[in-house]
Amino acid sequence: MSIRVEEVSKRFSTYPALAGVSLEIVDGEFVALLGPSGSGKTTLLRIIAGLDFPDSGVIRFGDRDVTDDPAAKRGIGFVFQHYALFGHMSVARNIAFGLDILPRRARPARAEIEARVDELLKLVQLEGYGERYPAQLSGGQRQRVALARALARNPRFLLLDEPFGALDTKVRRELRDALRIIHDEIGLTSIFVTHDHEEAFALADRVAILNAGRIEQFAAPAEILERPASPFVTSFVA
Amino acid sequence: MTAAALLPRLRRKRSAMPGLGLTLGISLLWLSLIVLLPLSTVFVKSAGIGWDGFWQAAGSERAMAAYRLSFGAAFVAALINLVFGLLVAWVLVRYHFPGRRLLGAVVDLPFALPTAVAGIALTTIYSQNGLVGSVLAPLGLPIAYRPAGIVIALVFVGLPFVVRTVEPVLEQLSKEVEEAAITLGATRRQTFLRIILPAIAPALATGFSLAFARGAGEYGSVIFIAGNMPYRTEIAPLLIITQLEEYDYPGAAAIAVVMLMISFTMLLVLNALQVWQRRRSA
Ligand SMILES: Nc1ncnc2c1ncn2[C@@H]1O[C@H](COP(=O)(O)OP(=O)(O)O)[C@@H](O)[C@H]1O
Ligand SMILES: [Mg+2]
Repeated sequence: MSIRVEEVSKRFSTYPALAGVSLEIVDGEFVALLGPSGSGKTTLLRIIAGLDFPDSGVIRFGDRDVTDDPAAKRGIGFVFQHYALFGHMSVARNIAFGLDILPRRARPARAEIEARVDELLKLVQLEGYGERYPAQLSGGQRQRVALARALARNPRFLLLDEPFGALDTKVRRELRDALRIIHDEIGLTSIFVTHDHEEAFALADRVAILNAGRIEQFAAPAEILERPASPFVTSFVA
Repeated sequence: MTAAALLPRLRRKRSAMPGLGLTLGISLLWLSLIVLLPLSTVFVKSAGIGWDGFWQAAGSERAMAAYRLSFGAAFVAALINLVFGLLVAWVLVRYHFPGRRLLGAVVDLPFALPTAVAGIALTTIYSQNGLVGSVLAPLGLPIAYRPAGIVIALVFVGLPFVVRTVEPVLEQLSKEVEEAAITLGATRRQTFLRIILPAIAPALATGFSLAFARGAGEYGSVIFIAGNMPYRTEIAPLLIITQLEEYDYPGAAAIAVVMLMISFTMLLVLNALQVWQRRRSA
């Protein structure tokens, strides 16, 4: 399903974090939001997720206006930079959380949930880690758990806020590749935030470059490199 | 085994944090001087009367009723503080409103106030002609000179323990963890019960233990409102004072020993529960 962001603006106190942003993300696309720190990437992603709400503008999933829908109802998976795992739950319970909290009528049987957990553990290459606790895992492993947890309820959209930001280069690259494979395998529509242009270009179908709350250019990596839309883009990707 | 054979093993176990031996030594010495030495004299004193004398003093009907009242009221008061202390901590951490700092200072008042002042003030309010007591008494809810009055006094002195232990933990709880639960479809209620509550549970347990222990030993604020009827509203610390006034030092010490043992056992159990809980999630 497509995501449409139409003329979204958001201010914190007096400073505009987003100043009229429009984006149209095609079904199945993998898009990177790229820009320097403070350019509004996180704010835009959180508004798409329903964790923040715009002052003006509209968010559509497909044809549906979801601008006022709460995050819990949007059918998204969200991955945070610092994993945000539930420390008092095992890896398996973390991953199963989205299913465990479903009302009884909608909840799959216990065995089905466990099967789904095993399937997800395999998908993120953490088979056999179900009984561990987050504190017993490395950063890269934790982010894999966070990814599996976000996918448990089969979201249509996967939103990731600097998911590799806290990891070292080698783990970053591994996870990056794994993410792209998972995206293609499941047929998700994904948006991920980064301030690293190499990462954005290596991973995304299209890259949206933000600067001071505006989109400077939204195009495929090759296009951006060949025809940067502004002096800012030229210098930022150099 | 010779000392030489033992040495390398000790070496290898050396902690990365230096100074363990010294700081541990000072801590033990300090605790011995400040806590254990005075307490041990209680045991010595009570031993002077032998087993039979001990049980006559510490195991009498009147003493039993007093233990039940002191620990029962402390338990109920700590439970009440658990709920309302969490509520107050929540409001202090999560909401920013005018007068927030003032409210924070009010929470600490029970720490600072001489307990007798608190006791007299509470009695004034909850007695039959008092501000609150005059409303409650006609409804068949007399407070002063009943166990209920004791519970209220103990709620008063115990409140800061729960608020001040839970507050910093609540403050550190990451917003992202809650947001993660929400994006996974959790309601506010589910987020609170399944994410926030387990995370603050150890702090709540600590606050509960402190409020409970303080309540069990509390004297000053209770005796004014309690009425002090033997078997009904006489708390164990008061019974100890009564014995002392009758110059029955060993008898008073015997009751104190029983109180100490009960308190210590309960604190130990609560501590063990916490260690177990922490190990599960560490
Ligand atoms: N909760 C907030 N309160 C006040 N200002 C905020 C808040 N969140 C973001 N901002 C401001 O909005 C701007 C954009 O922030 P953000 O979207 O986090 O940028 P990025 O993710 O690109 O680094 C920044 O200037 C930031 O200081
Ligand atoms: Mg950001």
